[in-house]
Amino acid sequence: MSYQIPKFRHPDLPLNELGYTRAAYEGSISTLCAGCGHDSISGAIVRACHELSLEPHKIAKLSGIGCSSKTPTYFLGKSHGFNSVHGRMPSVVTGAAMANRDLLYLGVSGDGDTASIGMGQFAHVIRRNLNMVYIVMNNGCYGLTKGQDSATADEGSASKKGDANPFSAIDLCATALQMGATFIARSFSGDKEQLVPLIKAAMSHRGFALIDVISPCVTFNNTAASTKSYEFVREHAEATGTVDFVPMRQEITTSYRPGARHEVTMHDGSVLRLYEEEGSLNPFDRRSAMMALMDHQNDGNILTGLIYMNKNSRDLHDVLQTSQRPLNQLEEGELCPGNKMLVNINASLR
Amino acid sequence: MKPTNIKNPEYFHKVVDCQYACPAHTPVPEYIRLIAARRYSDAYMINWYSNVFPGVLGRTCDRPCEPACRRVRVEEQPVAICRLKRVAADNKDDIRERLPTVPKKKNGKRIALIGAGPASLTVARDLAPLGYIIDVYDNQFAGGGMMRSQIPSFRLPIGVLDEEVNYILDMGINATFDIEVESLKEILDKDYDAVFVGTGAPRGKGLNLPGLEDARDHVFLGIDWLASVAFEHTDKIGKRVLVLGGGNTAMDCCRTSMRLGGEDVRVVVRSPFEDMKASPWEKEDAMAEGIPFFNNHVPKEFVTEGGQLKGMHFEKVEAHYDEDGKRSLIPTGEDLVFMEADDVLMAIGQENSFPWIERDLGIQFDKWDMPVVDKVTFQSTNPKVFFGGDSAFGPENIITAVAHGHQAAISIDLLCQGKLVGERPPPMTNLASQKMGVHEWSYDNAVAPDPRYAVPHAPLDQLLRDRKLEVELGFDAATGFKEAERCLNCDVQTVFEEVRCIECDACVDICPTDCITFTVNGPEEDLRTRLTAPAKVLSQDLYVSAELPTMRVMVKDENVCLHCGLCAERCPTGAWDMQKFLYNVSGTLS
Ligand SMILES: Cc1cc2nc3c(=O)[nH]c(=O)nc-3n(C[C@H](O)[C@H](O)[C@H](O)COP(=O)(O)OP(=O)(O)OC[C@H]3O[C@@H](n4cnc5c(N)ncnc54)[C@H](O)[C@@H]3O)c2cc1C
Ligand SMILES: Cc1ncc(C[n+]2csc(CCOP(=O)(O)OP(=O)(O)O)c2C)c(N)n1
Ligand code: SF4
Ligand code: SF4
Ligand code: SF4
Ligand SMILES: [Mg+2]
Repeated sequence: MSYQIPKFRHPDLPLNELGYTRAAYEGSISTLCAGCGHDSISGAIVRACHELSLEPHKIAKLSGIGCSSKTPTYFLGKSHGFNSVHGRMPSVVTGAAMANRDLLYLGVSGDGDTASIGMGQFAHVIRRNLNMVYIVMNNGCYGLTKGQDSATADEGSASKKGDANPFSAIDLCATALQMGATFIARSFSGDKEQLVPLIKAAMSHRGFALIDVISPCVTFNNTAASTKSYEFVREHAEATGTVDFVPMRQEITTSYRPGARHEVTMHDGSVLRLYEEEGSLNPFDRRSAMMALMDHQNDGNILTGLIYMNKNSRDLHDVLQTSQRPLNQLEEGELCPGNKMLVNINASLR
Repeated sequence: MKPTNIKNPEYFHKVVDCQYACPAHTPVPEYIRLIAARRYSDAYMINWYSNVFPGVLGRTCDRPCEPACRRVRVEEQPVAICRLKRVAADNKDDIRERLPTVPKKKNGKRIALIGAGPASLTVARDLAPLGYIIDVYDNQFAGGGMMRSQIPSFRLPIGVLDEEVNYILDMGINATFDIEVESLKEILDKDYDAVFVGTGAPRGKGLNLPGLEDARDHVFLGIDWLASVAFEHTDKIGKRVLVLGGGNTAMDCCRTSMRLGGEDVRVVVRSPFEDMKASPWEKEDAMAEGIPFFNNHVPKEFVTEGGQLKGMHFEKVEAHYDEDGKRSLIPTGEDLVFMEADDVLMAIGQENSFPWIERDLGIQFDKWDMPVVDKVTFQSTNPKVFFGGDSAFGPENIITAVAHGHQAAISIDLLCQGKLVGERPPPMTNLASQKMGVHEWSYDNAVAPDPRYAVPHAPLDQLLRDRKLEVELGFDAATGFKEAERCLNCDVQTVFEEVRCIECDACVDICPTDCITFTVNGPEEDLRTRLTAPAKVLSQDLYVSAELPTMRVMVKDENVCLHCGLCAERCPTGAWDMQKFLYNVSGTLS
C-alpha cells in the first residue's frame, strides 16, 4: 500500500523566469476525495503562480475550516500559511497584510466558511478593499461535515441526502458587488483555461479580488438534482467572454489573439485582455455587472468569467496611507521616534 | 486522431518498452516482480520459456531492452534488467521437474538441425516436447555454438552454459558432435521433413596488409584465436599484443590476452571512441582492466625484420561527418605511428559462408551470396529448408538467434501439419485489474529516485591470473531486490473507459509527469503540441479516447508515464484503472 506522489517530473517541464518548474509550487499530496473539484483549483493556483514567476516565499496562503480550507496544504508548499478558525480567515489576513504589505495574500475559503459563519468577516474585508485574492471553493455544501446544504445552495437543488433545499441562495458575486469589491470573477474548477488567467489577473489586481469558483463535491453534491454538479455546471455555464493575461515582463507577442474588446493595464504593469463573445456586460460598470448576474440567474444559467473590475481601485493601504515598508523592516528609530516627536504630536492636538 | 484501439495487442505491448525491444519479447516486468518477491524459480521459468538461456543471457545478453527502458526517461540509468535475470538464474532451485515433458511416442516427423548454437537449440527445445524427432549436427565437441567457442569463460562460466544446453539436449535430442556437414544435399537425402540451418557466421574477416606474409605466424583472426583458447589449444600470447578492431570481439580478445601473458595489450581502432561498435559496458570493462584504446588509427602495414614480426604502422585520421551523418576518415597528414608487437589479433568482423550448400537445391542466394530468407517465417526458397540466427541475416547476438529459433520452430510445426507457414498464430494476451482496495494495488506502485546498483567484480589481480574466473559476481539477493524495485511495472497499463469519465480533471491534476490532457481532438502533429506537456518523442504513442460529452477527448502521452497509478487512485468513478497486460509471443510451447 502506498499513497505518495513520486518525485519524478516530466523532463521537459518549462522553467519560469525564476528558473523554477511547476514542481516548485506544488504541495503535499491531497487527502481530499478523489475527483473533488477543490483539487483542480489547487492545480490552477499552482499553474498561475508558476506562470507569474512569483517567488514562493513572497506568498502567504490563509484559510478557514472546511475541505476547501484544507487545500493550502496541497499547493505552494514553500510559501507561508495560516489555517485559521472557521470563518475568520479575513481578519487574520487583515492583520497580516497591514503588518507586511510586501507579501501576496491568497485567502482560500469555502461557501460554508464564507457565506455562513464567515459572512460578517467577508462583508467587511470587501468593504475595506484589502489587497488580497479571495478564492471561494464553492460546492453548495459543507463537505467536511458530510454535505449539509450551505447558504450558496440554490433553492430546489438537492444533494446526496435527496431533500430539495427550501432556502434561497446567497450569490457571493452579487454580495461582493454590493459590498464594493473591486475585482469579481466566477469560474468553474473544471475549466482551467478560464480559471488560470483569472487567478493571474486577480493576483495582479491592487485591492480585494474575489473569485467564486464552483467546485463540485463529488461525494455529497454531485447528484443529478444538484445545481453544483459537474454536469449541471458544464451545461449551464455561460462565459462573459474569454480572458488572456499577459504578465508584466512578458512581451506582447502576436500569439495573443487579436480583437480584444478591452485591454487593461494592471497595477503591476501586466495586461489583461478581454474578448467579448456575447451579452451586453460592461465589466467596468457595476450596474451592468449586477444586471448581467441577475439576468443569468433568471435564466437558470451561471455567469462565469470576469464580472466586474474597478480600474482605479485604491486598496486599504492607499486609503489609510500606511507605511510604504513592512513593519518588520522598520528600524527602532522609526518605530519609537522619541520624545521630540511626541511633543510635536501633542502640540498639534492642542 | 481516431480513438486508440487498445484491443490491438501491439498497443499495450509497445508501452512495455523493455519487452517490446527484446527480440524474444520476454515479459520483463513480470519476472522482475517475481524476483522482488524472491520467487526466483518462477522468475527463471518465465525467462526460460521466452529466451531459453536465462543464465547465459543474464551474463552476456546484448540487452536491447535496457536502452529502451522507461526509467532512462526520468533517471540516468535503466533498470539492470539483464543482471536481474542472472539473479533469478543464480538463486533458483532445481527446476528440472518444471521443464516440459517429452513424449516417448514421437509424432513421426524428423527434423535436422545443422549447427548447435542458440538458434538450433531453440528450435530443438520448441519442437521436442511436441514429439518431433530431432537430429543435430555440429562440428564442435559440444553444443552451444559461439556461446562456447567465443564468449570467454570470465564472462560466461562453462558450468552455466552446460546446464542450459543440457536442459535441451536431455530432451531426447540426437546430437552428433565433431561432424562437419559438407553437403546439404546429403542431409536432404535423408528424407527429413524439415531442415534448419543454424550454422552462424563462422568466418572471421582479415586484413591483407603489406608484410602479412612474413608476419603470418603471429597474426591471428580474433574469433579463431578465441575458439582455440576456449578449446584449450592456446594458452599463452606474447607480451606486446595489438588487437585491431572496436567491436565486442576485440574486447574479448584484448581481455583474454591480458589473462594469457599479455602485458602491453592495446586496442587499435580506425574509428573514434564514440563510434566503436562494442557495447558501452564491454568497453568499460576492458578499460577497467587497464587496456588502452588507440582510436583514429588506421592499420597500414606489418613491420617485419628477418621474417619476424616487429610491430605495425598506423595512419592517424580524423572523422568527418557530412549532413547525412555519413562518416569519412580523413588522414591528418602526420607521420605514420609505429607500435611494437609480438602478436596481432584481427577482430574486424565476421561473415557467413555456405560452401557446403549446393546451389541446385532450390535455395536462392542473393548478390551478397546470402540465402534469401523470409523475415517472418525464416523459410528459404526451398520450403523445407529454414535459416535462423547469424546464418540468416548475418552476425547478431544470442537473443536474436533465440527469437529466430522460436519463429522457425512455429514455421516447421505448421509445415509438418500441412498448414500455411505464413499464417502465424496471434500472441496470447491478458488484461486484468490490479486494484485490491483503497490505495492498494497488487503491485508496488510507489516510485522513488534510486540510481542503478553496480554489480560487484572479483579482484583484478585474481582475474588476470585465471582466465576462467568470472569477472562479475552478480547481485546478492538484497541488492537484487533493490534493483528490482526500480522497475516501473510498465506492463500495468493505465486503461481508460470513457463512459465512466465525468471530466473532473482529477487525473490531470495528480499526474506527476503531466501525461494526461483533455482537449479538443485534432491531427496527431497538432495534438502533440497542445498537451499539458508537449509530447516530443514521436516513437511513443498517444492514447486517445472517444469523444467525451464536452466534445473533448482524453489524450495520454505514454512517454513518461510512471505507472504509479495515481490517476486511477484519484479517479472518482473508476474511469481509469491499472490493469496488468500480459503478452506472450505465440510459441510452440507455453
Ligand atoms: C567473440 C564473440 C563474442 C560474442 N559475445 C556475445 C555476447 O556477449 N552476447 C551475445 O548475445 N552474443 C555474443 N556474440 C554473438 C553470438 O555468439 C552469436 O550471435 C550467436 O551465437 C549466434 O547463434 P547461432 O545459433 O546463429 O550460431 P552459432 O552460435 O555461431 O552456432 C553455430 C554452430 O554451428 C557450427 N557449424 C557451422 N558450420 C557448420 C557445419 N558446416 N557443420 C557443422 N557445424 C557447423 C558452428 O561451429 C557452431 O557451433 C559474440 C560473438 C563473438 C564472435
Ligand atoms: C466554529 C465552528 N463551527 C462549526 C464547525 C464545523 N464545520 C467544519 S467545516 C464546516 C463547513 C465547511 O463548509 P465549507 O466551508 O463549504 O467547506 P467544504 O468542506 O464544503 O469545502 C463546519 C460547519 C467548525 N469547525 N467550527
Ligand atoms: S467531501 Fe466533498 S468537498 Fe470534501 S473532499 Fe470530498 S468531495 Fe471534496
Ligand atoms: S521500468 Fe521496468 S517495465 Fe518499464 S521498461 Fe524498464 S524494466 Fe521494463
Ligand atoms: S500512472 Fe497515471 S498518474 Fe501515474 S504517471 Fe501514468 S498517467 Fe500519470
Ligand atoms: Mg462547501
